[in-house]
Amino acid sequence: MNGFKVLPAGDTALVIEFGEGIDQHTNGRVLALAQHLREAKIEGISETVPTFRSLMIYFDPLVLSAESLTQRVSVLTGEPQPVEQAARHWHLPICYDSELALDLEEAAARLDLSPAQLAEYHSTTSYHVYMLGFLPGQAYLGDLPPDLALPRREMPRQRIPAGSVAIAMSMTCIFPMDTPCGWHLIGHSPVSLFQPWPDPRALLAPGDKVKFTPLSRREHDDLLARNDDVALPFDLPAQGQGMAL
Amino acid sequence: MKPALRVLSPGLMTTIQDFGRVGLQHLGVPVGGALDTVGLRAANALVGNQPNMAALEVAYFGPTLRVEADEARLAIAGADAELTVFPDETAAGGRRIAGNRSIKLCRGEVIRIGSLERGAVLYVAVEGGFDITPVMGSASTYVRGGFGGWQGRALAAGDGIPLCRNQVAERADRELDGLDLRPRKVIRAIVGPQADYFRDEEIDAFFQAEYAVGHGSDRMGIRLSGRAIRHSRGFDIVSDAIAPGAIQVPGNGQPIVLLADRQTTGGYPKIATAISADLPALGRLAVGMRLSFVRVTMEQAQAARRAHIAMLDGINAKIRPRACTIEELTQRLNDNNLVDGFIEAIA
Repeated sequence: MNGFKVLPAGDTALVIEFGEGIDQHTNGRVLALAQHLREAKIEGISETVPTFRSLMIYFDPLVLSAESLTQRVSVLTGEPQPVEQAARHWHLPICYDSELALDLEEAAARLDLSPAQLAEYHSTTSYHVYMLGFLPGQAYLGDLPPDLALPRREMPRQRIPAGSVAIAMSMTCIFPMDTPCGWHLIGHSPVSLFQPWPDPRALLAPGDKVKFTPLSRREHDDLLARNDDVALPFDLPAQGQGMAL
Repeated sequence: MKPALRVLSPGLMTTIQDFGRVGLQHLGVPVGGALDTVGLRAANALVGNQPNMAALEVAYFGPTLRVEADEARLAIAGADAELTVFPDETAAGGRRIAGNRSIKLCRGEVIRIGSLERGAVLYVAVEGGFDITPVMGSASTYVRGGFGGWQGRALAAGDGIPLCRNQVAERADRELDGLDLRPRKVIRAIVGPQADYFRDEEIDAFFQAEYAVGHGSDRMGIRLSGRAIRHSRGFDIVSDAIAPGAIQVPGNGQPIVLLADRQTTGGYPKIATAISADLPALGRLAVGMRLSFVRVTMEQAQAARRAHIAMLDGINAKIRPRACTIEELTQRLNDNNLVDGFIEAIA
C-alpha cells in the first residue's frame, strides 16, 4: 500500500501520485504526506498543492535535489498517517429555488428524478472535501450519490454567478466567484468561501466534511443580504475592488 | 495632489505585475505575476528599485501616460517599441527615445509607448515604485479573479496610478547594455508529468514539430498551433496541480503552454514542462512567433537554472550611466539658461 509514483513537472516541481482514481483512501494519503511535509519543514520546498490523488511539491532544485526530495518523501509516506484531527464538519446553507438553479429541472429529468428528489439526494449526502483548486477557495466535494452522476454540460456557460452550487460527474462544488462553468447549476449558497483580506483564508480545507442545509428562498435572500453587510473581510482597501463573493 | 501616472490611453492590456503570489496555490489562488521576470528585474534595476517591485506590464500595444508628479523617473525594458516623450499632451511633436533605459520626466510630460516589436511584453518601472496595496502578498493583477494591481483589472483611460515619490534622485539616467530580452525560438522542456498518456513516437514528434503562438494566447497560456498530438489513452485525467510551463494537451491535440495566470489545477494530460530558466523567454513570445521544444534532463535543467541565476545576478553590472547625445546636452544647457552665459563669457 506504500506505492506511489514520482513524476517530474519541470525542474522545480514533482508530482507524488498515489493512484489513478478519486477515492477517500487515496486522497487521505495525499493529505497525510502534505501534513508530514508541513511538519518536516524541509529547506528548499516552497509550497505543496494537494489534489484528488497526488501532491505537487514545488522546490528549488539548487537547494534540494529531486533525488533527496524523493528520498524524504519515500520515508515520510512510509510513516503512519497522522492521527486524523477531528475532521471539521460544516453545514452549509443552500437554496434549490428554480430561479437560482437554472439546470435543476433539466438535470432532474435526465436523471429520472423530480427536482425535489434531486435536491433531497443532494442535501442528505455527507461530502468529503477532496481538494481546493480552479478558483480561490473553490472546494471539490464528493462523492455524489451515483444516482446524481451526470457528465459536464456540452455547452459550458460563459458566466455563472458567485455562490452557484453545481454538480458534474461524482462531484459537487460551490463556485466562489463569477466564472465560466460547464457544470449543472442546481442551487445557490449565500456562504462566502474565500477571504482575500487581511489574510487569505479559505472556509473549507481538504479533509473537511460538508452537508448542505436547504433554505427557503426568503431565508436565502435574507442571509445573502445580511452577508453583504457583515462581509467586511472581503472589502479590500480603498483602491481595491472586492472579489465578487 | 498625490503623485501619479495618468493613463491617457491604456494600450491593449497594461497591468501591474510583480513576482506574483507564492504559497497560496493550495487555496486555489494562482501565482500570477510578470510573464517576463527578467524584463521586470531589468526595468527595476534601471531605476534603482528592488527586483520584485511592481511595474506596468505592457502587452502588444503600449499606453500613453502623463506625469502628475513634480518629477518621476521611468524605465522601460523588454520588447522594442517606439517611445516618444511630449512636453505636454497637446504638443504636436515629441522626441523619440531609446528603450532599455531610464528617463527622468517632469510634471505634465507625456510618454507614448507604441506597438511592441520582437516580443509580447515590456515593463515600465518607476523610481520608488507604484503606491499599490498588495493583495495576498502581491501587487500583481489577476484579471480573471478581479483582484490585485489597480482595481483588479487592466488599466483604463483616466486612471491615475499613484506613485510613491513626488521627486527623484539627482543623477544621470542609466541604460542597459548587453542583456538578452528577446523571445527564444527553442524552449527546453522535461518530459512529463503525464508522459504515459502519449506513445514514445508521439513524444518524439512533439519535440520535432515547429509550432506557432496561436490566437487566444494570453497571460494564462500560449495556445500552440501546429502538429496535433494524439493521446494514447484518453485526454481526461483526474485533475491535478499545474506547474508553470506545463504543456497540456486537450482533446483537440493542440498543446497549451501554461504561464503565470494559469489556474492551480486542471484535468488535461501534460506531455512536458518547460524548464524554469526558459520561462521568462517563453513569456515574451508574441502571437504569430514560431517556436519548438527540445528535450532536456533534470541535470541539464539544473545547470540551466544555475546559469540563469548567474545571469540575473549580473544584471546590475550591465547597467551604466547614459552618455548624453549632443542634442540632449544642448537641450540641458538651454533649459538651464546656460548657453547665453557661455556666449557672454566668450564675448
